[in-house]
Amino acid sequence: MSGGARAGEDAAIEGVAGYEVVVGLEVHCELSTATKLFCGCANAFGAPPNTQVCPVCLGLPGSLPVLNRRAVELAMRIGSALHCEIRPSTFHRKNYFYPDMPKDYQISQYDEPVNADGYLELPGGARVGIERAHIEEDTGKTTHVGGGGRIHDADHSLVDYNRAGVPLVEIVSRPDIRGAEQARSYVSELRAVLVATGASDGRMEEGSLRVDANVSVRREGSEGLGTRCEVKNLNSLRSLGRAIDFEAERQVAVLRSGGRVVQETRHWDEDEGRTSSMRSKEEANDYRYFAEPDLVPLVPDEELLERATRAMPVLPAARRVRLSALVGDDTAADQVTTVVDLGLDDLVVAAAALGADASLALRRAANEAAQRPEQARRIDAGVFARLLSLESAGTLSATQSKAVLAEVLESGGDPEEIARRLGFEALPAAELEAVLDEVVASHPAEWERYVGGDDKVAQLLTGLVMRATRGRANGKAVAAALASRRA
Amino acid sequence: MTPAASGALALAAQVRAGERSAASVLEESLAAIRGRDPELHCFNALADAHARERADEVDRLVASGTDPGPLAGVPVALKDNICTRSAPTTCSSRILAGWTPPYDATVVSRLAAAGAVVVGKTNLDEFAMGSSTENSATGPTRNPWDTGRVPGGSSGGSAAAVAAGMVPVALGSDTGGSIRQPAALCGVVGVKPTYGVVSRYGLVAFASSLDQIGPLATTVAEAAAVLEAIAGHDDRDSTSLEQAAPRCSEVLDDGARGLRVGVVADFLADASPDCTGAVRAAADVLAGHGASVEEVALPELLHGLSAYYLIAPAEASSNLARYDGVRYGLRVDAPDVETMNGRTRAAGFGPEVKRRVMLGTYVLSAGYYDAYYAQAQRVRTLVARAFARAYAGVDVLLAPTTPSVAFPLGSKTSDPLEMYLADLFTIPSNLAGHPAMSVPFALGEGGMPVGVQVLAPALGERAMFRAAAVVESGADPRARGPVPARGAR
Repeated sequence: MSGGARAGEDAAIEGVAGYEVVVGLEVHCELSTATKLFCGCANAFGAPPNTQVCPVCLGLPGSLPVLNRRAVELAMRIGSALHCEIRPSTFHRKNYFYPDMPKDYQISQYDEPVNADGYLELPGGARVGIERAHIEEDTGKTTHVGGGGRIHDADHSLVDYNRAGVPLVEIVSRPDIRGAEQARSYVSELRAVLVATGASDGRMEEGSLRVDANVSVRREGSEGLGTRCEVKNLNSLRSLGRAIDFEAERQVAVLRSGGRVVQETRHWDEDEGRTSSMRSKEEANDYRYFAEPDLVPLVPDEELLERATRAMPVLPAARRVRLSALVGDDTAADQVTTVVDLGLDDLVVAAAALGADASLALRRAANEAAQRPEQARRIDAGVFARLLSLESAGTLSATQSKAVLAEVLESGGDPEEIARRLGFEALPAAELEAVLDEVVASHPAEWERYVGGDDKVAQLLTGLVMRATRGRANGKAVAAALASRRA
Repeated sequence: MTPAASGALALAAQVRAGERSAASVLEESLAAIRGRDPELHCFNALADAHARERADEVDRLVASGTDPGPLAGVPVALKDNICTRSAPTTCSSRILAGWTPPYDATVVSRLAAAGAVVVGKTNLDEFAMGSSTENSATGPTRNPWDTGRVPGGSSGGSAAAVAAGMVPVALGSDTGGSIRQPAALCGVVGVKPTYGVVSRYGLVAFASSLDQIGPLATTVAEAAAVLEAIAGHDDRDSTSLEQAAPRCSEVLDDGARGLRVGVVADFLADASPDCTGAVRAAADVLAGHGASVEEVALPELLHGLSAYYLIAPAEASSNLARYDGVRYGLRVDAPDVETMNGRTRAAGFGPEVKRRVMLGTYVLSAGYYDAYYAQAQRVRTLVARAFARAYAGVDVLLAPTTPSVAFPLGSKTSDPLEMYLADLFTIPSNLAGHPAMSVPFALGEGGMPVGVQVLAPALGERAMFRAAAVVESGADPRARGPVPARGAR
């Protein structure tokens, strides 16, 4: 297990044997709107500090929020993609002091979120319940200067309010996730859904997607939930997995030593590979939620609902089902997941429709095309289908086919032409027979064993033919020729 | 004659006709302010340079044959919680001392579009929290009728400026009576419109679900004209109503025939005899003009005060959180940000603001929310239901605006609860989001003006103004500002 607990906080490194790790995730997703949630300022990453601000998103006295309908539409799209109930909702104020929050309260949704009670289906079929997916505004961004970059030791701090008021949807899962691997799978699947719906660009590295993990452990077989800790500062799928592993081991160690887990918020330190306490439940803010008097209840009208659900793209889970059905091979689940994750499933489906062998198309997409996904998404399905047909017909060997595909991905072009340019003319039958004669003559012992029924030696003989033809021979043709000679 | 004595509508007519220049009207107003403000302290700041530019612009429009609008050249004072680019907006608080907003409130743009000229910013109880304009970091405003008495509050600067003839009209804000109560105490007309009729964009929030901007003027007709200039839907305020604002000027001559008037019996017992007498006399005036008058029992309205003093502080505690020293206004430096926040707020807010922020923080806290805030919201619903019951049978209600005439400075500052009672009769309309207005009607104790309040259901401004015009026609003309300088009595 990665990120093991270190001596100092909790010494025991016995893993989590005998315990079940229970995880619920809160994912904050920045919506890809042109403007912010409550004003007309641009919602764009990377502008010089405090250049995308106005009286509203700076919370100047007298300013008032006006809800961005496009943000509502995208939030409802997310709800729809997560099989949520989309319903009338209200906004609340979440009150706490923080310098990067201009009004010292955040406008969020509390007891009446726009989306509730949905689920996300993971590759492999597990379903994670979605408790809610609600709309809220983002805060600004504070940079602490000096003193190691944490607020309490800093010389001074700089605040950039460009992000303040950017629309977010917070997606809260139920504690249905079991362990680090499934958590990673949940986030990458959720990310794919968010990108597919057009609601988000899904860039974790730019903070478009931010994840907090609620982690608890319980004895295997027990039903109740253990005391949870909320782990913050998870900036990548890797940190998410490492932090959950660390935190679960830490909690199990606490329980094994006879202690009890304290409910608290913990900070993940990527460099140290550990979590540390930020604040306990007692120190937690009392957010004093109350209904936001500057906004009216959000009652989705028919037009908005229609726009939100119209032209909903086929989501990853459905795309996996479609691809699995096409290839009809249950053992190819990993390849199916890879191809859908990389957005290459349309290529496979289209090539199959043009007559290519679906399994072969999936294999080449999941292995070779997956090395260059950007280019692969751009290649013409007809070109891909022709290449696969050449391979199926035996005109190109597997090795040759892969080489041609690499060339197509690299610089495009016609597969036949590339094959000719690379000298991948099909080996004439007479030439193959001549090479076979030589191989049989130079390896009489092996040939005897083969004739005697030892099929294992066929591979060796085929390899010798391949070497002699410098890969121009087709593996299937060689096997056929060998078999007919033995008969 | 001061500009206020001429009346806003007469002035606008003269300016539009080219008979008087907006510039000369402005200079008269500024002269009146220079003359009386050192004693009364109605103004926190003047926007004279900007006002002169605006007046010249109005005169140029007239000269070029373009109508500058219905309030052409009318000098207007704005309560200092309404954002203006042309002058600082301080809410009479140390925490915003010297802060000039980078934008104008919607009402400011609308006044400009109507041809009005903003002359300056008037004093208020800090962040509109108070009923006497004594809770001001810039010092108290005095009542022009008797400088030993308060002008009421929190829009005391605006009411006193109109009553003293410095400006013919002014804007205030009314969260629990902050336009009507000082209007009554200063002998001027004050209107709180239906919640959502006037945009709150640019009004520094006290209690967002209750705040509403409205006019103060010497006559009902002038108040109607100003309300029409500033009312109407605004895309920048999500709580602004979609409906067109009621046209009130056109009903002022309609009389009271057929109007059904209810007198709020429950309020009469809690008001002084001069205030109660004024209500009864005003009811007689309406009856004399053909209205039907009956007494109605609305005991629930008296519970409004308690609900108000939970809801308004709760919203205020959140609205005032932003004054943290980080972005604008006062900052008291400290080694870390939390200490800086605390020291800034300790130094920047006055005692009444601190009291309400603490009260509001408490009532929203986990464990107390249901007992206080949620309960107050239920009472708010009861108040609205009581009004609905009354308005099933009457078009408007008549009530005292205040329990008494203006009280002496300092007489209630040591007892916040006594001060809160000054808003007993005005608060219910805010809780329900209804319109209500105060009309000067009689002279009471000490020769001080007494106001009568006309209340109406949501968007019932036309019936309200109709009744108010009739009440005004039967009022003692001596009860109405502007008053000449008399000093303390």
